[in-house]
Amino acid sequence: MSETFEPVIIGFTCNWCSYRAADLAGTARVKYAPNVRLIRLMCSGRLDPTFVLKALAGGADGVLITGCHPGECHYLEQNYKALRRYLLLRRTLTQMGIEPQRVKLVWASAAEGVRLAEEINKLVEEIRSLGPLKWKTSLNGDLGFEKAETVEVAA
Amino acid sequence: METTGQEKIGVYVCHCGSNIAGMVDVEDVAKWAAEQLKHRGVVIARDYKFMCSSLGQELIEKDIKELGLTRVVVAACSPHLHELTFRTACARAGLNPYLCELVSIREQCSWVHTDKAVATEKSKAIVSGGVERVIWHEPLEPLHVPIHPATLVVGGGIAGIQAALEIADAGYPVYLVEREPSNKTFPTLDCSACILTPRMVQAGGHPNITLMTYAEIERVDGYVGNFTVMIKQKPRSVNTDLCTGCGICQEKCPKKVVDDVYEAGLGYRKVIYTPFPQAVPKYPVIDRENCTYFLKGTCKACEKFCPTGAIDFTQQEEHIQIEVGNIILATGYDLFDARRITQYGYGRLANVFTSLEFERMTNAAGPTNGNIVLRDGVTTPKVVGIIHCVGSRDKNYNNYCSSICCMQSLKFAHLVHERIGAEVYNFYIDMRTPAKSYDEFYQRILEEGTHFVRGRVAEVTDAARKPGEEGKLIIQVEDTLIGKQRRIPVDMVILSAALEPRHDAKETAKKFGLSCSADGWMIERHPKLDPVATMTEGIYIAGCVQGPKDIPASVAQGAAAAARVLGKIQQKEIALEPIRATIDQDKCSGCRICNNLCPFNAIVFHADRMVSEVNPALCQGCGTCVAACPAGAISGTGFSNEQILAQIDGLLLHNVLRMEPIAE
Repeated sequence: MSETFEPVIIGFTCNWCSYRAADLAGTARVKYAPNVRLIRLMCSGRLDPTFVLKALAGGADGVLITGCHPGECHYLEQNYKALRRYLLLRRTLTQMGIEPQRVKLVWASAAEGVRLAEEINKLVEEIRSLGPLKWKTSLNGDLGFEKAETVEVAA
Repeated sequence: METTGQEKIGVYVCHCGSNIAGMVDVEDVAKWAAEQLKHRGVVIARDYKFMCSSLGQELIEKDIKELGLTRVVVAACSPHLHELTFRTACARAGLNPYLCELVSIREQCSWVHTDKAVATEKSKAIVSGGVERVIWHEPLEPLHVPIHPATLVVGGGIAGIQAALEIADAGYPVYLVEREPSNKTFPTLDCSACILTPRMVQAGGHPNITLMTYAEIERVDGYVGNFTVMIKQKPRSVNTDLCTGCGICQEKCPKKVVDDVYEAGLGYRKVIYTPFPQAVPKYPVIDRENCTYFLKGTCKACEKFCPTGAIDFTQQEEHIQIEVGNIILATGYDLFDARRITQYGYGRLANVFTSLEFERMTNAAGPTNGNIVLRDGVTTPKVVGIIHCVGSRDKNYNNYCSSICCMQSLKFAHLVHERIGAEVYNFYIDMRTPAKSYDEFYQRILEEGTHFVRGRVAEVTDAARKPGEEGKLIIQVEDTLIGKQRRIPVDMVILSAALEPRHDAKETAKKFGLSCSADGWMIERHPKLDPVATMTEGIYIAGCVQGPKDIPASVAQGAAAAARVLGKIQQKEIALEPIRATIDQDKCSGCRICNNLCPFNAIVFHADRMVSEVNPALCQGCGTCVAACPAGAISGTGFSNEQILAQIDGLLLHNVLRMEPIAE
């Protein structure tokens, strides 16, 4: 391929820190790779690992999970729960034959717009070097998520 | 759950002038949405110059009424800016406001990308995500909770006192908590005592203000309208019911220690003390770490001489719990430790003073009775050098401008001229005198004959190289206006030290659920439009805790924060975002996994029915339990599994790519 591979990355952000960091990056006109599409959650603790699998199964090549720095969670300690789930999820991904580096957890406070942008750029480069995920072909079919069927029905 | 395909969705793409339209082909995005998302329920897609303008809002309202829209997606700026605007517009047109979704194609797209084609494609994906998500939105009603009329003000500086007085004058109770034995300020232009003490006396004697000095906040629980705060009252060792503030104990106390806090280390205070003569409250405290009785078990001189028997050595630390509806944080700043810049010699060269030391020196009640003298206490300096930006605008320490130092340094120059007629040099990088009457003051100091040298001082040294430098402090500086290195011998150096965030700002932020900027100042809700509110409802910031500022600005912020609080109290109840978790009682298996995950103890377990239930008043809506429930029995309003999964689908453009099989 002569063209560079442009990965698609889904990013989960916390309403109180990293979503604001993304806002700040915007306000400060910090440039970063356009490959990431963000979803706002109230807290990284809301992140159901299913969301990550769903994104990967649905065509994303990587997932970025962001939350408040340890000790700075808006809801006291829920980012620790996100951390625990993240570590388990990485193990699950390995067992499924997916490079765990495709999913990355980054702590970013509301003040760290520049850092968030840098982390996004880094992740895009990392995923680019891994190549496309090709969930459908490499994993022989999807996980049969309910929602995927719903979309099918509508189409 | 089946809602797909039955909704009538309107998509509104904002140009935001050229903010979005400059980097995103907004017409193309709207056209694309109308065509490609039609089968998902999009019945109309428009682009408009400013969606948030009243004309833009009317456009949406009209469509809701005429086309019978059941869902609205606005692609514009961050929901933190205009979510409320568009929700309100929908409500005006009779649509439940929570059926509107604002997706950000400005902060997350047009402002951060550089390729218009790519940014346009990303905007389409973002719009598609919003459309898929909004299909699963549910009409919600905000929760209404009563507001406790009392307010907690933390920090008894000028901003805190101002806020407390405003609220107390309006007739509502205030708890003013200060961790030092009394309040203090760092004066700028006026005599500090003249401006602050009347305020302090007013606050101290106000029937609506409960003044709690020598006390610290231990814990804050609850939410806007209903905070429960634990306060630690440190033992004064003086019974304030009996003490008359006569001061005999302070006279009789045989032990003196260096006063680091109020006298900036220049003077002494007794071990039983009030920080300064006009301190409010008038009751002294015993400094137990230094008290002979507490150290050796004998002395008790203060107790012997106290005419009312108010000394109480047995006083214990008290923990007081209070209920308040709102909190104002006005904890101020710390002064930069000038010792950190070793080349300026503070702490090594005797006649290098900090700005705070000089302030004390010029105070008539200060350690030198208002005389400007060298460290020996008698010699009047003939030449004085004042260095600006010490610890500010310096990559090695703090990048920001401390904002008060220029004016403070000008005032110092004036005081030196006026009191001792010495020659004065001010060393500045840029002169910043932007507020009312400030530049006029600068002009006056220029006319008084102060020498201004533009350049950052390299070094202050006592190593004489040339005749005339012996016994002097030599200021080595590049005068950037004449492009030459200069060595200027002076007798006294004053360092205008930077304002820094409190050393414990991070812990304070954590305690109150706020966030600090990288520098350590508390982050406001919006830097221009909402400088005193924070992201945590019911908690406000005022004064230097938000960033360096002078007294007029601090007072204005104190009053502004008070006005916000009063507005809240007047409403008597507050509408909370209905983002809450609920447990389907039929699906709950009673495993109790969620019980321990909730940091707010909002989940109760009914042992009789073996099911868990969420108390909506305590739930803060983080959604951790929703993600953890193995039975899928917990749903989170506003951020449900359906909504998030659909948004993932939308962002990955399944709705469009489905028309052909997904590209392998």
